[in-house]
Amino acid sequence: MLEEPTIQRVLAAAASRGADFAEIFAEEKRSSSALLDDGRIEELTSGRDRGAGIRVVVGESTGFAHTSDLSEAGLIAAAETAASAARGSGTGTTIVDLDRVNAQRPNLVRIMPGDVPKAKKVELLLMANEMARAEGAAITQVSARYADSHRRILVANTDGTLGTDEQVKTLFSISAVASGDTGMQTGRESIGRSVGFELFDTYEVGDLARTAAQRAITKLAARPAPSGEMTVVIGPGGGGVMFHEACGHGLEADLVGKGASVFAGRIGEQVASTLVTLVDDGTMGGEWGCFAIDDEGRPAQRNVLIQDGILVDYMWDGLRARAEGRASSGNGRRQSYQHLPMVRMTNTYLLGGTSTPEQILSDTESGVYISHLGGGQVNTATGDFVFGMTEAYLIEGGQITEPLREGNLIGNGPGVLTSIDAVGNDFAMGGPGTCGKDGQGVPVGDGVPTLRVASGLTIGGTAA
Amino acid sequence: MTATVSKQQSGHSEDLLALAASVLDQAAGEEQVEVLLSRATSTTVKVYEGQVESLTSADSSGAGIRVIRDGRLGFAHCGSLDPTVLVETLREARDNLEFAEPDEWNGLAVPDGVEVVAQNGWSDSVVAFPVERKIALALELEQRVLAADSRITGIRSTAYGDAWGESVILSTAGIQAVDRGASCSISTQPLARVGEETQTGFGYDSGRVPELLDLDHATAEAVDRATRLLGAVKPPSARMTILLEPRLAISLMGIVSGMLSGESVLKGRSPFGERVGEQIASPLLSLTDDPTRSESIGAEEVDGEGLACRSNLLISDGVLQGFLQDSYSGRRSGLASTGSAVRGTRSLPGVGAQLLVMQPGTRSFEQLVSSIDLGLYVNSFSGMHSGVNSISGDFSVGADGLMIRKGSLAEPVRELTLASTLQRLLLDIAEVGGDFEWLRGGDGACSLVIQDVSLSGA
Repeated sequence: MLEEPTIQRVLAAAASRGADFAEIFAEEKRSSSALLDDGRIEELTSGRDRGAGIRVVVGESTGFAHTSDLSEAGLIAAAETAASAARGSGTGTTIVDLDRVNAQRPNLVRIMPGDVPKAKKVELLLMANEMARAEGAAITQVSARYADSHRRILVANTDGTLGTDEQVKTLFSISAVASGDTGMQTGRESIGRSVGFELFDTYEVGDLARTAAQRAITKLAARPAPSGEMTVVIGPGGGGVMFHEACGHGLEADLVGKGASVFAGRIGEQVASTLVTLVDDGTMGGEWGCFAIDDEGRPAQRNVLIQDGILVDYMWDGLRARAEGRASSGNGRRQSYQHLPMVRMTNTYLLGGTSTPEQILSDTESGVYISHLGGGQVNTATGDFVFGMTEAYLIEGGQITEPLREGNLIGNGPGVLTSIDAVGNDFAMGGPGTCGKDGQGVPVGDGVPTLRVASGLTIGGTAA
Repeated sequence: MTATVSKQQSGHSEDLLALAASVLDQAAGEEQVEVLLSRATSTTVKVYEGQVESLTSADSSGAGIRVIRDGRLGFAHCGSLDPTVLVETLREARDNLEFAEPDEWNGLAVPDGVEVVAQNGWSDSVVAFPVERKIALALELEQRVLAADSRITGIRSTAYGDAWGESVILSTAGIQAVDRGASCSISTQPLARVGEETQTGFGYDSGRVPELLDLDHATAEAVDRATRLLGAVKPPSARMTILLEPRLAISLMGIVSGMLSGESVLKGRSPFGERVGEQIASPLLSLTDDPTRSESIGAEEVDGEGLACRSNLLISDGVLQGFLQDSYSGRRSGLASTGSAVRGTRSLPGVGAQLLVMQPGTRSFEQLVSSIDLGLYVNSFSGMHSGVNSISGDFSVGADGLMIRKGSLAEPVRELTLASTLQRLLLDIAEVGGDFEWLRGGDGACSLVIQDVSLSGA
């Protein structure tokens, strides 16, 4: 994207007023999507974005400017704006020797989505529509979306880092509406991976369509969710959202550093049941939150956050790590060149345990079984978090019985983590997620085995 | 037909209009083309512990191009105003169109003769405000919040932000619209701590004159929110009355307005689809979407397709009056656009409310509190995106707040959920407050008292 001599001159301009650190982040992103709704292919969209963000750090202050002009003149103008914003006083004649970062690509992309004829993408949507509607006359509306993106990044900084990465993602999602005497219900399913069009060699859109349609149809007969605290069993896969909210955000070093996390100052302490070993892993090949380097040029890492219930470490970006005199953990991410990086999760998952899913269920006298979760939200300072259940059932006498309508669950992170009393041996990753923080969205993955939270979760239903 | 150009604001964006015209010049034969171009400048200053934590200075631009031919629709967008890139983007939109299925109702908005209500969205004082003073304002707010209450032990972030920009919409159907705006804001997120317990607050103000940003208001709001929940406990489950202040009442109205989109109705996704003329809410509720209200910072002249914004009565005395439409949904419903297309450069227009206004009742907030024997005054909702389904109507959100006992605010509570259905919440409105205010986000709202909501707790 940029030649080394240009990079060096731009970094020199960024550091010209004196700087502890200066960085160029250049990005080129192509995206395409196709939407089926109301029985027909409604729209195809293509997007292209290209630009660079320049960051200059002086002491505790960061100056940042971005531009869509990648010419040397455009970059130098942005570098000067960033330098002036950082309010450095002094002069710098930094000339940096750049070392290429050798980071392992987490996977190879076999079929570049841009090389696939649009007609093939459209075909998938039409097939999904047909399959969902074939599940029953109760299905009254279907929408489906195909999307891919190809992001190339370059990061160079005055520490001598020069890294590049190419990130390809492909996604398919389907939503169905079922109508009956009780009104309308919805079902959704999606698959997204950091791979190319070969995604569809592994996943059948027909399966996704059937799952989404069945979810909607099942809920037509659902009863209102109960109200109050109950034992909750979460099925393998999407339950990772709970850990993302219950402790993931609270383990981000920027929030911890500002005293805005219930997990601040608790390294080495027992923060969860001994059954809990939680990992954040940007190297996980093909997963939605993987990459070779993060958006600060740091190679992706596998970081154990909680080991057997003991808090091992937080997640770090370059800025926070620099202040603590330690290394970044490869969690510095940003939505685009128009944003400053901050500490973000990648793929966050709970390691599998020893119980079989059948044992966990049959040991549960009464409670709620959640097989598909929606999004969630957390207040990291209090630890209170919510997450939505989009497919759930009652558990009665160790058996899954009646379907429940949608709702949120609420709990407090530390309390819920210590109440996990069973972890299954059936690990699965969940669907693709977009994590929002301070107005920036980044792709994240998560996964869990079947697990049980004995207490501490309140079901937000209406039934007494 | 008159094209919708604002008189007050014409004469400013000639270069953008000329650039858009150069794209339209390439429209071929029967092709309909619409170009949306925008550019903006923004600054964000974040301060922390008396220092500038970050200062971001940004120029951004973008374009969205919609092409329709033989009933087929194609769209492409780019983050640039480079003429070469715009040509490629037009070509992409054309190529995309080949794969979409024809729809007889596809088409661009056509000028409808509705006059633009001029708005004063621009602000020279935002543009002229020096960086040093932006920093000073943020530092001052941080200092005031820290000094306001000994229980405030830190602030996650305090910020000043501003942005100004312009956009133009030009189409082969005769639309020519220019929109310019500027605004500024301050915000702060303090942490209140007593013993091992931490609570968070949020304070905010926005406007078009930096010197008039209300630091006292932002400070008081932030400190009150952060401290009033200290000592909160999880309450027992019960059915009870809830009291929503205007800010939260409007978030509920925002979800309801989404269910009144003509597009949702056409596609069978609105539970209110067949119910125009029927009582869908308490007779106490009247709701209008009216972006022409100049008193609001959210007022707009034109919608996302360049048609004049107008006042649309949605619910009157609880009776559903009609739906919001953009040009597509209006045409397909046999109606007309209500000027309710919303979009950015990166997306096609969709139907949405732009500036919701609730009709006030009579009693003050204090009188509402004193009329409630047992209830919850809600401080915040969480999980609005994960527990509210506007198709089924299921409503379940996390919340915290203060109990109301025998007409007075009582102990703080947290870690609870509130549940009902959207349909029932509307009918269960027991009172609309007389405490109308223009919210800092733009909408005009009043407090709402809603009865018989399920509170789940311990």
